[in-house]
Amino acid sequence: MQKLSLRDRIKEARVSASDSFRGGKLMSSIFRPGSPFRKGYVDSPRNRSYVVMNNVLYHLHPVKVKRHGVRLSYTLCLGGLSFFLFIVLTITGIWLMFYFRPTELAYVDIQTLQTSIAFGSLVRNMHRWGAHLMVLVVFLHMSRVFYHGAYKAPREFNWVIGVILLLLTLLLSFTGYLLPWDQLAIWAVTVGGNMAGYTPVIGAQAKFGLFAGLEATTATLLRFYVLHVLFLPFIIVIFMAVHFWRVRKDGGISGPL
Amino acid sequence: MVDIPEHLLQRSAEARAKALGISVEQALAEMKGESDPTVITKEPEVKTIDETPTPAAETPAPAAETPTPAAETPAPAVKVEEEPAAKAPDPDAPDEVDFAPEVKVTQRLLTVVKAKPIQKSVSEPVDKVNTWPHLMLPEFVALMAMTAFLIFLSAILQAPLLEEANPNVTPNPAKAPWYFLGLQELLSYWDPQIAGVMIPLVLGLVLWMAFPYIDRNPETHPSKRKFAIMFYTFFLAGAGVLTIIGVLFRGPGWNWTYPWIDGIWFDDLLDWIHFE
Repeated sequence: MQKLSLRDRIKEARVSASDSFRGGKLMSSIFRPGSPFRKGYVDSPRNRSYVVMNNVLYHLHPVKVKRHGVRLSYTLCLGGLSFFLFIVLTITGIWLMFYFRPTELAYVDIQTLQTSIAFGSLVRNMHRWGAHLMVLVVFLHMSRVFYHGAYKAPREFNWVIGVILLLLTLLLSFTGYLLPWDQLAIWAVTVGGNMAGYTPVIGAQAKFGLFAGLEATTATLLRFYVLHVLFLPFIIVIFMAVHFWRVRKDGGISGPL
Repeated sequence: MVDIPEHLLQRSAEARAKALGISVEQALAEMKGESDPTVITKEPEVKTIDETPTPAAETPAPAAETPTPAAETPAPAVKVEEEPAAKAPDPDAPDEVDFAPEVKVTQRLLTVVKAKPIQKSVSEPVDKVNTWPHLMLPEFVALMAMTAFLIFLSAILQAPLLEEANPNVTPNPAKAPWYFLGLQELLSYWDPQIAGVMIPLVLGLVLWMAFPYIDRNPETHPSKRKFAIMFYTFFLAGAGVLTIIGVLFRGPGWNWTYPWIDGIWFDDLLDWIHFE
């Protein structure tokens, strides 16, 4: 028998350890058949189907998609990136909630976050710029859909849901705008809230409901906070679920042109 | 000659024996070619062919007659128009029918049913690829790129934080978030009830949501929907110009300012302005 070099023996040991782990009961219980994380995954059409079909991803993606739809230049990934930015904002947002109180202490909390908390400043920046980016990306996604005529039958209703999602994105961003409780926040929200006050007939009530009073106070801050971290995300997730479901039920991606 | 499995041979021999009124052994022998085929002399009852032929059983020649009811021949499938009246049997059966033509007629052809499946499939073949890896890998790369971009942006640009909120000190100008600045710009032109509410609510929301129901043109190619493209582009350009004016060209008292002369009056971009 030929003597193996140390390097080969290490490699062999690594492969066998990896195989016994990936083929073991633990990994088999976590990953369903066809997963690339299981032992013995080979690239075959059957396994490629299983990767999606035997995965939670099957709720999002079909096993096969139209060839023209995977071209980057067709969608620019805008819809997917909108969803991804929402996830990033959820993660950073939950992290920020650990350090934030929606009271008159809000401003001090933000200052503390920026100066005394590890990565506080970075995470806050990510949350803010990510929010701006999300508004932009959602808007671009809508424009892409329009220019492809992708709102036409049978996708009319999904366009309606999409407009609602854009509106909810704007509302999420707007409610979050107040939370740092600085001069920028309070006056931007005052300007925006005053616009709601011009609503015919129910203007005064709309403004009062939004501000929880006649002007932006800490009561407004609490109201916007609850809307921002609980109510609006809850609503937007429901609409997103319907939106993604309808994409598939309406025949997948539109086109080709 | 293809070897037929014994149990299948046995089964068809039983069927043949039952149909011809002979013994199973006899039928088996006939099928194996060990004895002459039985010729039936009595006139059988007329039977209707009531089963739809399967598409696989398509035969090019019109199999007008079948010698025995139980004979295992492909079901007749002829490309002729369906006729409501029963077709009279042709006494001169085509010669290409490969089973004994001298066998006496035991069955009459009443009608010919077109060879097509019961269930009609309307879907057309679509050029598709596997989601894994052709869609999921680019998606993953896009997510990673976006994450990298966002972290990079957050590392170099500081989110603004001005002095603590003070309802008694109004900044001049007080600006809304950037996505509402186009609206705020409109507010400076028109009555707030029109610019602040009717335009965003009626135009922005109701009209926008109802757009697929207003635009009934089914074409998707840009060259066949020039008006819609123009309309959207006009809206996009209008919103863009108004927003840029609101962000960059409006200063104290909402007066017109030039960003390169008077500076930018938009605190949300505080760090962007210093970043050069």
